[in-house]
Amino acid sequence: MRRKALEIVEVSKQYRLGEFGTGTLSHDLKRWSSKVRGKGDPYAMVGEENRRDLKGGDYVLALRDISFSVEEGEVLGIIGKNGAGKSTLLKLLSRVTRPSKGKIRARGRIASLLEVGTGMHPELTGRENVYLNGAILGMSQSEIRAKFDDIVEFSGCTRYVDTPVKRYSSGMKVRLGFAVAAFLEPEILIVDEVLAVGDAEFQRRAIGKMKDVTGSGDRTVLFVSHNMAAVNSLCSRALLLKNGMLHYDGSPESTINRYLEESSSEKDMSKLRDRKGNGVVKVIAVDVQGEQPGQSPQSGQPFALKFKIDNSAMLASKDLRFDLRIDDYLGQRVAWLSTSLLDARADGAPGEITFAVERLNLTAGLYYVTLYLEAKGEVSDWIQNAFSFEVNEGDYYGTGRLAPMNQTNVLMDFKVAYHV
Amino acid sequence: MSSKELSATEPTGEEDWDLVIDGSSHSWRLGLRELAGFKDLLFLFVKRDFVTFYKQTVLGPLWFFIQPLLKVGIYYVIFARIAGVPTDGVPPILFYITGLTFWEYFASSWKKTSETFLENQHIFGKVYFPRLVVPLSVMISNAVKLGIQFLLFALFWLLYYFSGADISLKAEALLLPFYVLLIAVMGLGAGLIVTSLTTRYRDLKFLLDTLIQLLMYLSPILYPLELAEGIFRKLLLLNPMTSVLEAIKYSFLGTGVFDWRYLTYSCVFALILFVCGLLVFNRTERNFIDTV
Repeated sequence: MRRKALEIVEVSKQYRLGEFGTGTLSHDLKRWSSKVRGKGDPYAMVGEENRRDLKGGDYVLALRDISFSVEEGEVLGIIGKNGAGKSTLLKLLSRVTRPSKGKIRARGRIASLLEVGTGMHPELTGRENVYLNGAILGMSQSEIRAKFDDIVEFSGCTRYVDTPVKRYSSGMKVRLGFAVAAFLEPEILIVDEVLAVGDAEFQRRAIGKMKDVTGSGDRTVLFVSHNMAAVNSLCSRALLLKNGMLHYDGSPESTINRYLEESSSEKDMSKLRDRKGNGVVKVIAVDVQGEQPGQSPQSGQPFALKFKIDNSAMLASKDLRFDLRIDDYLGQRVAWLSTSLLDARADGAPGEITFAVERLNLTAGLYYVTLYLEAKGEVSDWIQNAFSFEVNEGDYYGTGRLAPMNQTNVLMDFKVAYHV
Repeated sequence: MSSKELSATEPTGEEDWDLVIDGSSHSWRLGLRELAGFKDLLFLFVKRDFVTFYKQTVLGPLWFFIQPLLKVGIYYVIFARIAGVPTDGVPPILFYITGLTFWEYFASSWKKTSETFLENQHIFGKVYFPRLVVPLSVMISNAVKLGIQFLLFALFWLLYYFSGADISLKAEALLLPFYVLLIAVMGLGAGLIVTSLTTRYRDLKFLLDTLIQLLMYLSPILYPLELAEGIFRKLLLLNPMTSVLEAIKYSFLGTGVFDWRYLTYSCVFALILFVCGLLVFNRTERNFIDTV
């Protein structure tokens, strides 16, 4: 069995909410007086589950009794919604702040790419900043000197290396920062969303570099990302955090599936005011689904719009007519779908209607949907631009080539035949 | 619960790990050994301070001389010409330069180290390195600046000496490194305490400037200690900078009070300040990013 590189035992982190104003001094004094009398901290651990939508006390637990360990050479993905505690966990691991409770043990040097370019000084040249930034991240001068040419080359800033960084474009700054960080060689590397910086070309290089690091097998990597594809391809194991607690721990696929299942993209429609019609039957909610529930739609992949309707009048499906009018972001109509075009019927009163497309034939972009619902021949619920959905780029024709977005919104199945 | 039992029965002890962070421990360990691994960073911070000091200025490093000269000029006009405060028979300009050169070292060390946490929160919030590197780098760059300004002082000293002013160099001038160290320890200690407190109570930031200014007038810089009498003299002697400044003036100008009792008081004061500062700083650096 491999040695553990990192062990986290029942770690909790408490944060205080709200402004730090006049209350601080009195809290501090109370805390101090109870300590002197030999009692515990009166404000310790009164926090509750980290739910941002609930009102609660002044303290919150951003992490709650997290325990896990990582073996040497393992690449661990950490996923979860915003506010699940990912960043807090990384902050604790990179020693920016300390846990309120629990223990963290590690073997070897830990370095984090929490944010690249930390400590760069605008007045200094690129060269000076590489040295400064490297030293802040924990590299020695000789280490940086040895890697200097590689770093500058990787960043693509060779021509500007003796120019003050304040004259750099923001992209160049980020690239230089990432390049320094990418050449760090710690035993444990913490990566947080750095792949989201730079242009497409630089991102490819960054992912390539990450693959080198993770593929070599001797480096332990903790990788936090919202990019499920990257987590899936880079990691050997993944954790799912939810409301500050460790919710799931398993293979990347199973963790991602668990995450996607739980993060439903259902949109509430019941509170929309801007609607016409007599309201006999109304749309309450819509769930936009891609290949899997929770995934966003992609060209060439299955696509579904699932509507919940308030059918308290208990109308049968033959008495209803439901139209979808899909416009592109310029307001040009690209499609019109209607239940009246097809023969689908259901016995009894439907509470849900699903429109499904086997292979989505729209190009990448944002689309707006207008809903039109008729009950017994009268307008019941008509909502202009009720919601929008985003379609991601996808390989519709299976050739790896994409139709240019500015040429078309709609992709059509077709064949080409040559006759000689 | 199960993971707790598991970790308790695990054969590997704490010594087997390179890094152990325990959230519930309240140890006072300072981690000074770790600090030694970051001397490259220390050096680069000092270098950054100097390079950025005069970037995009026409006069460049000359500003290291111009700034103190302007100050001395102002004090000369106000205190020597208008108010007519005596300077113990020493030419006023030389008298002021002597005191101000060393006072500035104390004041700027105190002020700059007091900004450690607030000025660097963007870096401290993202990467870890021993936070003490920052105030130490401030101390070193200030010491270099003191060295530069000491040259200016030496220049004026020679100028006045050869034009026949009534000044003399005493053997106590050999204690110069001791004076500088004493001032440094006081400045750093006070700075560490203030920066730790400002992470929670921002009020101190505004008070500090006034406090430093007040202390300057409570130090024998623009007037000799001999001039002070009664309660005012006692107040001056309570200021730990007084004994050092007087000793320096005695060593280099030959007028002033050199008294080991006063100097011992300053040493004890400095040591207490420094130890307290170190402990408070160490406490604060763990979690300050949550409360700053």
